[in-house]
Amino acid sequence: MKRIYLDHIAAAPLAPGVFEKMRPFLEAEFGNPQSLHSDGQAAAEAVAEARERVSALIGANPGEVIFTASGTEANNLAIKGLVQAQRARGNHLVVSAIEHASVLNAAKTLEKSGFQTTVVPVDGDGRIDPAAVAGALRKETVLVSVMTANSEVGTIEPIAEIVREAKAQAPGVLVHTDAVAAAGNIPLDVKALGVDALSLSGNVFYGPKGSAALFLKKGTKLAPLVEGGIQEGGRRGGTEDVAAIVGMGEAARLAAEAMSDRVVRITALRDRLIEGLLRSVGHVRLTGSPGRRLPYHASFCVEFVEGEALLLSLDFKGIAASSFSACTSKSLKVSHVLLAMGLDHTLAQGSLIFSLIDSTTAADIDVLLNVFPPVVERLRNMSPLYTEFLKETGR
Amino acid sequence: MIYSDKVMDHFQNPRNVGTLPDADGVGQVGNPVCGDMMTFYVKVKGDKLTDVKFQTFGCGAAIAVSSMVSEMAIGKTVEEAMEITNEKVAEELGGLPKNKMHCSNLGADALHAALDNYKARTAGTASGPTVVPEHDHKAPGKMPDHCPYCDGPVEGLADMCSCKKCDLDLVECGHCHLYTNKAETNCTHCGAQLDR
Repeated sequence: MKRIYLDHIAAAPLAPGVFEKMRPFLEAEFGNPQSLHSDGQAAAEAVAEARERVSALIGANPGEVIFTASGTEANNLAIKGLVQAQRARGNHLVVSAIEHASVLNAAKTLEKSGFQTTVVPVDGDGRIDPAAVAGALRKETVLVSVMTANSEVGTIEPIAEIVREAKAQAPGVLVHTDAVAAAGNIPLDVKALGVDALSLSGNVFYGPKGSAALFLKKGTKLAPLVEGGIQEGGRRGGTEDVAAIVGMGEAARLAAEAMSDRVVRITALRDRLIEGLLRSVGHVRLTGSPGRRLPYHASFCVEFVEGEALLLSLDFKGIAASSFSACTSKSLKVSHVLLAMGLDHTLAQGSLIFSLIDSTTAADIDVLLNVFPPVVERLRNMSPLYTEFLKETGR
Repeated sequence: MIYSDKVMDHFQNPRNVGTLPDADGVGQVGNPVCGDMMTFYVKVKGDKLTDVKFQTFGCGAAIAVSSMVSEMAIGKTVEEAMEITNEKVAEELGGLPKNKMHCSNLGADALHAALDNYKARTAGTASGPTVVPEHDHKAPGKMPDHCPYCDGPVEGLADMCSCKKCDLDLVECGHCHLYTNKAETNCTHCGAQLDR
């Protein structure tokens, strides 16, 4: 049975050619980029080239890119590093209710050392209202952190508008955006967005795991999280992971090159999936914005059944997907994103996400559309909630 | 795979799924908020369970547990069936992940609710099903009055409290909101992995 992988939000494969670019730096070209000899300088040149490619992907200057080991690290560095450096100016930050745990937990930790956080709500589509962000600003606000796109529901946020309104209200405020789910998959330009900092992760655009970066606008002060040598301009100590950085650079180059074609192609497949799925099974809701969503992202809540049971059933049929139901999380907590969007617990338990990768085909989508209805039917026939629903509606 | 082959078998091919319109007892446990909900139907002849059927809303473990319980109960006397415990069911399934031991492992409770219901109907004290709404859950962000281990006083704030007598820091579980020793990886009440 051919496996059909529709879990881009969890992990993506390497783009063809990326591993070949990385390999020499795990073998013969093992030098430390900080060394002055030619072995070191060869590695330094490779890192510099990768930095150029990653910065080009988001319209930044190479000097504005700090490599990290994960999107989570980039978010932590942005949140903690920026507010610590701005401490004298104020102690308040603004985040949205649907941010990734790396943003929300970093903000929570800062609260223990005297910072205050305002959490801005979202609407039923998971959209952050720019006016609500501007309305949450105080004179002591030093940082706003709102995500570019949400990986659970796919909604793309109006970042440029949020930045514009926030900076009109408080010119000195810094804006960070967690663009991990978006970067390399939709066109992003840090100048057009107007952000001061942006997190991105290589694996989401078919680079290696363990490769990520923080864009930090030139001249912005940052307190390092990891202190050490002068790597990354003293903003992140530790010997560079040259192979991962080179892999991310190559993936960024390929992503920029493929961007416009890929967006069109993957969006068409996504729409085929969404329309087909909603047509073939009743009582399934699309979550997130129908129009402003990530090209690779199709997320749903399936009524009367639970997400983990859906995942396991699909896995048996060779299909990999995701869910954010309570039972799929180790801490048994239902998705904070779905609850923030106003969904009730029962509906949120039926969370199911299909996220397409570059090699997904129309035939893959059609296999899913064939497999899905009987999977749901089997679980609904076991569900007391469905029996109750049928009784109530007189069927 | 997080589950044993036996769990996956019962999930894929659950035994005794369905309802019994002429059931002698009906019991329900769980709550969709918790993630799992089970309804059990029993048919009793003489003192023996001649048929058991169930319906379950929940994860793979919850479905497998229900199926296993139904299999274990059929043919037993009411008395014997009352002795089936959640732990025995988990054991029979070749074990369950820690965080599935509580919320998903409610099959025996659901069976017992159906048997209680049967007894109540026989005694003429019930007509509808017996419903056990859910296991222990507390409101979030409320520090416990007493230490869950020694019942002694708890000091501190909701997100940073401790028991002096046990010399333990206590942490709130994100799922059931009860408090557990901070050194644990899983909540001792519901089994959910603790967030830090």
